Amino acid sequence: MPKSFNVNKYLRMDKMPHIWCPGCGNGMVMSAFLRAVDSLQLDPNRVVVVSGIGCSSRISGYLDFNTLHTTHGRPLAFATGIKLAEPTLEVVVITGDGDATAIGGNHFLHSCRRNINITLIVINNYIYGMTGGQYSPLTHKGDFATTAPYGNVEPELDMCKVAESAGATYVARGVTYKPVSMEDMIIKALENKGFSLVEILSQCPVYYGRMNKKGDAVEMLKWQKENTVTMKAAAQMAPSALKGKIITGVLSSRYRPEYTEEYENVIQQAQESAQ
Amino acid sequence: MVIAKSNTLALQGTEAVALAMKQINPDMVAAYPITPQTEIVQGFSQFVADGEVDTHLVNVESEHSAMSACIGGASAGGRVMTATSSQGLALMWELLYIASGLRLPMVMPNVNRTLSAPINIHCDHSDSMGARDAGWIHLFSENAQEAYDNTLQAVRISEHPQVRLPVMVLLDGFIISHSLDRMESLEDSTVKEFVDVFKPEFSLLDAKTPTCIGAFDGLYGYFFEFKRQQEEAMRNAFQVVKDVGKEYGELTGRPYGVFEAFGLEDAEFAIIVLGSAAGTVRHEVECMRSRGIPIGMIKLRLFRPFPANELIEAVSHLKAVAVFDRSDTFAGGMGGPVFTDLRSALYESEKKPLMVNYIYGLGGRDLPVELINKAATELEQVAQSGQVKEKINYLGLKE
Ligand SMILES: Cc1ncc(C[n+]2csc(CCOP(=O)(O)OP(=O)(O)O)c2C)c(N)n1
Ligand code: SF4
Ligand SMILES: [Mg+2]
Repeated sequence: MPKSFNVNKYLRMDKMPHIWCPGCGNGMVMSAFLRAVDSLQLDPNRVVVVSGIGCSSRISGYLDFNTLHTTHGRPLAFATGIKLAEPTLEVVVITGDGDATAIGGNHFLHSCRRNINITLIVINNYIYGMTGGQYSPLTHKGDFATTAPYGNVEPELDMCKVAESAGATYVARGVTYKPVSMEDMIIKALENKGFSLVEILSQCPVYYGRMNKKGDAVEMLKWQKENTVTMKAAAQMAPSALKGKIITGVLSSRYRPEYTEEYENVIQQAQESAQ
Repeated sequence: MVIAKSNTLALQGTEAVALAMKQINPDMVAAYPITPQTEIVQGFSQFVADGEVDTHLVNVESEHSAMSACIGGASAGGRVMTATSSQGLALMWELLYIASGLRLPMVMPNVNRTLSAPINIHCDHSDSMGARDAGWIHLFSENAQEAYDNTLQAVRISEHPQVRLPVMVLLDGFIISHSLDRMESLEDSTVKEFVDVFKPEFSLLDAKTPTCIGAFDGLYGYFFEFKRQQEEAMRNAFQVVKDVGKEYGELTGRPYGVFEAFGLEDAEFAIIVLGSAAGTVRHEVECMRSRGIPIGMIKLRLFRPFPANELIEAVSHLKAVAVFDRSDTFAGGMGGPVFTDLRSALYESEKKPLMVNYIYGLGGRDLPVELINKAATELEQVAQSGQVKEKINYLGLKE
C-alpha cells in the first residue's frame, strides 16, 4: 500500500458526492484500484477506464483518467477497440456481475479467449444493484432476489473458472474485507501482459443484503470472512471443511501469447511479404 | 349499454400495466429489468411467484433474449408478452423486425425513455420512434388508465386475423410509469372474456401440421410479397383499432379511437401531441379557450399505422397547427417524426393549415404550462399573420 496517498488527485471532485448507498462495496474497490495505480505510478493520461452500466459502472465517472461510460454489457467490446487502436494504453474495465456475465457474457468469453491485454475488474455483489435487486448469473442458487422471491432456481456461474478455461492468463478472486490483498491482485492484473480478471466479492447491503437477511455492511464483511478461504489455506484443509466455502486468491496465472502482439506480428509479416 | 363492474384504484403506471398483464394471463412472459420499466416485469414476476397467473416466466439475460423468447413462444402458438424501455428496445431492434415479419401477435409495453449518449434515463420518445419502421403498431397513452386500457385492447388488435402484428403500448417514463394515478380496473373475469383465448394461425407445437417458420426465401422468392402483405395488415389495423376501441368503450364507458380531439370544431389553430404531455396541453388549451382564444388540440393515440386520412379531415379547416414532438429525426431541419408524417400526409390536401413543429422534453426536460403557452401564442400569431417565422422550434432549451 502506498505510504502517503492522496486519493483526491485521481478523482473528479466536482462529481462528488457519489451515488452509492452507505456501506456499498463499490467505493472500496475504487479505492483499491486507485492505490494500485498509485503504487505502479501509472500516468493517468495513459490509463483508460471503461465501464458498462450499473452502480459499479458509475466508477468511471468519478475517475480523473481517460474514461468511457458505455452501454450495458459492452464495455469489453469498447475496450477491445481502444486497446487495438493504441496497444500502449493501459486499458481497464470496471463493471458489475450482471454487466459482465449476463448481457455482456459473450464479450467476456472472447476477451479471455483472445488474451487481449485488458484488466477486467468485476464487482460481484451477486445482484443487479442498479435496477433494484434482480438475480444475476452469479447469484447463488437458493438466494433471494426481487425476481426470485422464493429463492433462485438457477445455478450460479463461477466466472473465474470460465475465465481460466476460456484463456485468461491472470485470474484472481478478492474480497472487499481484504483491501490490501484486493489492491495487490489489481497490481498483478495490471502488470500481467494478457487478459486479467479480478473478481471482487462485494456487498450490496441495500438489495442483496436486505433480501437475504445478511445484515448491514459490517455483517456482510463478516460473512465474507467466515465463508471464504484463500487458495493457500484451502490446500491444507480437508474437502469436508471446504464445503460451501468460496476460494479466494490468485486462482490462475500463466503465459499465453497476447492478442495485440499477435496482431502486430501478422501485420509485420504481411508487410514484409508485400515488399 | 351495460358498463362492466370496475374498481377504483390508485396505481403507478407500471403497476397498472402489470395488473393488465395479470388479467390477460399470457402463456409466456420474458422478463429483463431496465429503468423505468422494471416494475412492470417485476410486479408481474411476483404474480407468477404467488401463483396468481398460469404464465411461464422466463428471466432472460438481455432484451435481445427477451424478444427472441417471445418470438419462440408466439411461434409455438402462445400468447406472449414482455416489456422494455430505451436501450432495451434498441437492443431488440433486430428481433422487432422478425416478430412483425413473421406476423406474430404479441404485446409489449414500452416505457418511453430516451436513448444514450450522453447517458440519460428520463422520458422522451426517441426509443419507440427509433422503432417506427419496424412494422409494429404503436399505441400511446396519456396516463395510467390509458396504459392499462391500451394493454388490454392491444391483445385484441394484435391477434385480430386481419392484423396479426405485434403491438407496442407506450407510456411515458417516470411521468406515467412512476406517478400514482387514480384509475378504474376491470374485474378479472371481464378481461378474460374480453381478451378471449388466442387462436394461433400456425403453431410449431401442432405436430399434425408441421410448419416451417422464417426460412430463407432467396432472391426469387416471395419476400417482397410478404412485405406488401405486412403493409396491408397495417392498413387493416385502422379499422380494427377503432372497432376494438368502440367495443371497449361499450364495456367500460371509455371508448377509444385513433386520436382524441378537443375543441377542434370552432378552433382556428391547434396543437397535436402524444403521451403524457397531452394532459398539460389540454389544461392550457382549456384556459385559453375560456379567454375566447380559438385553439383546439389533438391527442394522437395511434402513431403506427399513421391515421393520415382522419387527421387530414380533422385539421384541414384550421389556419395553423403546431405539432409537439418529444423526439427528433435529426434529418437536418425536417422536424420530429409526427411533424414530418403529418406534413407529408397533408401534401395532397387542397386545404391545409400552416405547420410549425415544437420539439420538447428531450431527456426528461420538463414541459411546464408557460412553455405551452409560449408555443400557443406563437401559433396564434402564425394563424393571424398567415406566416411561419420559424418552422422547427426547440421548446425549453437552456439559453
Ligand atoms: C440494454 C440495457 N438493458 C437493461 C439495462 C438496465 N440495467 C442497468 S444496470 C443493470 C444491471 C446492473 O447489474 P450489475 O452489472 O451487476 O451492476 P450493479 O448495479 O450490481 O453494480 C441493468 C439490467 C440497460 N441499461 N441497458
Ligand atoms: S444499490 Fe447496492 S450496489 Fe447499488 S449503490 Fe446501493 S448498495 Fe451499492
Ligand atoms: Mg451487480
